[in-house]
Amino acid sequence: MAELKMKEELDMNATINTQTEKKDPASGIVQSSKPVFEARDFNLWYGDNHALQNINLTFKENEISAIIGPSGCGKSTFIKSLNRMVELVPVVRTEGDIVYREQNIFDKSLSVEELRTKVGMVFQKPNPFPKSIYDNVAYGARVHGIRKKKVLDQIVEKSLRGAAIWDEVKDRLNANAYGLSGGQQQRICIARALAIEPDVILMDEPTSALDPISTTKIEDLMQELKEKYSIIVVTHNMQQAARISDKTAFFYQGYVVEHDDTKVIFENPKDKRTEDYVSGRFG
Amino acid sequence: MQLVDKDQVAKSLGGRQLLNKSMKFLFLLCTLVGLVVLVTLIVDTVLDGWSHLTWDFLTSFSSSRPESAGIYGAIIGSVWLMAVTAPVAIVLSVGTALYLEEYAPKNRITNFITVNISNLAGVPSVVFGLLGLTIFVRQLSLGNSVLAAGLTLALMIMPVIVVAAQEAIRAVPSSVREASTGMGATKWQTVSRIILPAAIPGIITGIILALSRAIGETAPLVVIGVPVSLLVTPNGVFDTFQALPMQIYNWVKMPQEEFQYLTAAGIIILLLILFLMNSVAIYIRNKYSKRF
Ligand SMILES: Nc1ncnc2c1ncn2[C@@H]1O[C@H](COP(=O)(O)OP(=O)(O)OP(=O)(O)O)[C@@H](O)[C@H]1O
Ligand SMILES: [Mg+2]
Repeated sequence: MAELKMKEELDMNATINTQTEKKDPASGIVQSSKPVFEARDFNLWYGDNHALQNINLTFKENEISAIIGPSGCGKSTFIKSLNRMVELVPVVRTEGDIVYREQNIFDKSLSVEELRTKVGMVFQKPNPFPKSIYDNVAYGARVHGIRKKKVLDQIVEKSLRGAAIWDEVKDRLNANAYGLSGGQQQRICIARALAIEPDVILMDEPTSALDPISTTKIEDLMQELKEKYSIIVVTHNMQQAARISDKTAFFYQGYVVEHDDTKVIFENPKDKRTEDYVSGRFG
Repeated sequence: MQLVDKDQVAKSLGGRQLLNKSMKFLFLLCTLVGLVVLVTLIVDTVLDGWSHLTWDFLTSFSSSRPESAGIYGAIIGSVWLMAVTAPVAIVLSVGTALYLEEYAPKNRITNFITVNISNLAGVPSVVFGLLGLTIFVRQLSLGNSVLAAGLTLALMIMPVIVVAAQEAIRAVPSSVREASTGMGATKWQTVSRIILPAAIPGIITGIILALSRAIGETAPLVVIGVPVSLLVTPNGVFDTFQALPMQIYNWVKMPQEEFQYLTAAGIIILLLILFLMNSVAIYIRNKYSKRF
């Protein structure tokens, strides 16, 4: 009987997802928060490889959403679809919609540059520019035409403070960012993303190259940032997802198996595969 | 069971070490042969030419009498030549490299073009001279002017700069491109603010090495018909001119022995210019090279 029920659920992934979404208000989660991103029947192919299949997901304001799943299941592909970075791969083809604040991101009226200004990204490996710390953080502002030294100074300080690294670097803003440790570099990259005051921050395994102390710092930082931003983070670290996120989506072989409150995903998942994955009993 | 026979290992050790030492010696010998020839050449040239490197030599025009012949016209002419070659070659080559690496779709056609640009770098200079003669001197009626020769040399060194620039651009890691693109920078902003600054040491090194090849090149100038003796310097790019390598080539052919010393003096000037250009290249490479 239980088995049969499970099978039903397996076959009805999409339905379950939409249901959980609809149930949200009823289950007493912050009702006021508006959706920032919504994927609707989103599909993506790398050539013949159908990497994302019928993705239906909603991400809400001021939440940290974690995306988990085994290697190669399409987490990076999905998160890079949200700011259309995935289109830099020439063979990519997409179908379906991704809606950002009621606007389809594939719509001609929305330029990718504009989208990427509102949807910042932090990458897996720290990737500062070979420039000074100051120039790294000021880069986005300069790109968007802000020239005044005074304004730039303020932006740089505010962003570095926001990324919890101001005290460590304030005396050497003109030093090359390459001279910093990996953890510091990653926080510079976060500061750089904050500097253009985005609405959403995408993070693709932001702590996978870092030591535990730097990781903790960045996790604490994310908690602070969610007051002002919406964060979507890919992680391989189950504890991390459980610790920091409000919602969790479990990806498997290119589709979403389950998307729910993090608590539910980790303590009471509906799908057997989710349960196996989060408890480390996979494959 | 023992697969490795310890005795045999011990026996072969002596032989291996001997071979090791002899190889090192052999390679040293190879290096020395080149070095000795080069040093002999330079010392010989300097000894021959040193006494003729006078102020008069530097400030006089060419002449059929060795006592009064100088290299002034050739130096000024070569400067004019480089003033045309350098900007044309740099703009065309860096533009080509940027297009191929950053803008062109990565397909078979792009690949084909890239491979053939490398092949062009190996085409003999005299062929470029013929190309210049046909297109610039005759077709465009530029005659044996600074412009015709400058454009010809620019075409000749273009492949070298394109290849160097492509390599330098390719060496910029994709992670920093992504970082820039991900912040809403346009392609051109990413290229001008991130990629070019990071690639510039490699590009400039390529440019200077290519220009030092151009300044010493004789064959294309012979084909174009650059004069060997002239009593004026050009006033513009449409005037004809003299060039250092042509001047040296002409003196070598002269029967009077005195001219051989002038040849040596001219070569010293050319070598000094090359030496200077290479030092600039090395300086720039060391100063601006950034680690990733
Ligand atoms: N640039 C690309 N070109 C072609 N196929 C790609 C490309 N990037 C990813 N893929 C394919 O898309 C699928 C999903 O890859 P993706 O990088 O999104 O996985 P992931 O979940 O982020 O994995 P990981 O946890 O290892 O980072 C894989 O099958 C991968 O081979
Ligand atoms: Mg990934």
